[in-house]
Amino acid sequence: MYKIFLLIVGFQISIFVQAQDMTALVMKVKTKLDQVNNYEADGNMKTDVSFIKAPVGKVKIYFKKPNKFRLKKEGGISLLPKGGVSVNMSSVIATNDFVALASGESIVNGTTCKIVKLLPINEASEIVLTTLYIDEPNLLVRKAITTTKENGTYEMEMNYGVFAKYGLPEKVIFSFNTKDYKLPKGITLEFDDNEKALSDAQKLKNKKGRVEITYTNYIINKGIADAIFVK
Amino acid sequence: MLTLIQIELYKIFRRPRTYIAFGAIAALILIIQFGLKLDGKSYSDFLMKDIGGSMVIDGNIINGYLICYIMLQLLLVHVPLLVALIAADMISGEANMGTLRLLLSKPYSRTELLLAKFLAATVYTIMLLIWLAILALFLSMWIFGLGDLFLMKSSYVVLINQNDVFWRYAGAFVFAALAMVTVAALGFFLSIFAENSIGPIVATMSFIVFFTILSTLNIPIFNVLKPYLFTTHLISWKEFFDLKVNDANEAIIGSIQNPQRIITSALVLLLHIIGFVGGAIFIFNKKDVLS
Repeated sequence: MYKIFLLIVGFQISIFVQAQDMTALVMKVKTKLDQVNNYEADGNMKTDVSFIKAPVGKVKIYFKKPNKFRLKKEGGISLLPKGGVSVNMSSVIATNDFVALASGESIVNGTTCKIVKLLPINEASEIVLTTLYIDEPNLLVRKAITTTKENGTYEMEMNYGVFAKYGLPEKVIFSFNTKDYKLPKGITLEFDDNEKALSDAQKLKNKKGRVEITYTNYIINKGIADAIFVK
Repeated sequence: MLTLIQIELYKIFRRPRTYIAFGAIAALILIIQFGLKLDGKSYSDFLMKDIGGSMVIDGNIINGYLICYIMLQLLLVHVPLLVALIAADMISGEANMGTLRLLLSKPYSRTELLLAKFLAATVYTIMLLIWLAILALFLSMWIFGLGDLFLMKSSYVVLINQNDVFWRYAGAFVFAALAMVTVAALGFFLSIFAENSIGPIVATMSFIVFFTILSTLNIPIFNVLKPYLFTTHLISWKEFFDLKVNDANEAIIGSIQNPQRIITSALVLLLHIIGFVGGAIFIFNKKDVLS
């Protein structure tokens, strides 16, 4: 009986220690990201959603601590996945109110990463669960899968370049589930019937959307006016 | 010939009814612009309801380009009726006033007279479209500003870069001119059979309504007929506002999804114009004019 008790206590302690370790790792990543108080970057955005025909567009990206983010197409219209307003890691781990649990290791684009599950402590949080794939030696998040209450699950995959020392990616691939899109022809005033019906396989494939942002020309910690974030 | 066209144009623009069409278009456009200027946000929110489930849209959607597209969609269905008002009156109006025989006594052939009348009706139609372009496109650009064109079709949306839009409107208006001249040709053709204006005007409108309904009905038996009906091709100007995508699902700037459809439609409309005007000349040359 005594041995069983010791075993359970030992197991609990090991889990606790592991969770502590992961919190430390996440905090190290957060400290690295915290070097950046604000940034402004140029970028190219590619939208790959079955029901959207959009060309690759030049965008300006603005970020300011703690979680202000704006992606703006100069004089134009930009389409972002709902819930993806935080298309950056700083926003994903903006607070300290989380529990970090180790969940093994995995290889992301040839880099071995620690898998960390982040559970928010605040019950009112929009995020239910975030899984981070952390490149431990470089303290970089290579991939993040976030499940939200309202906007489903979205996945971010990050590639890094010269701004890796700030934890800022060179390219972010954002994947998300899309809902069906259909407007009555009476509203769109389309009376011709030239569209071919999609096959079931196509419909299934079409449920997944992708937004790809390639960042160039970061300007870091030079200050950004709050007015930029007002829509 | 030029003198004949000038005389016909003088006759057209001397009549008060000519300006009804210009007035009606101005009134409709101004009221739509006024409504959208005041409450464009609600209209765009209503349209975005479906796409809003997956995407967030940032930017000025209600801009001059979108307003013009909305108005063309609404107006180009009704402009044929305004065109018919003049074109269907070209010969029957003369017969009604008893001036047709007098006109034919001039030292011009019947073919020349008919061609001059048709060309005058064409000038009127093109002027109506220029008026439409000034108000719907240029005035909207001035009032609402410029921006990317975001179009919501029934099963997909199209985002066209601001600098890739204007040439599409130029193409759409040229195509619309061809479409409206087809309507003018139909009205002109019908006008040779009557001795009063009302008959051909109503007949032209009836033909357009009848064929438009056949063109839009999705009953398989009528699908065989659709490619041959000119009303099916009147709306092909919309093809200018659909982009081609590559294998990576990137829309190609400067492309048109289905250029062949524009060419086919233009050819069908051109054939109708030749058919209607040629038919009118052939029949009128054999006609015993008594009025």
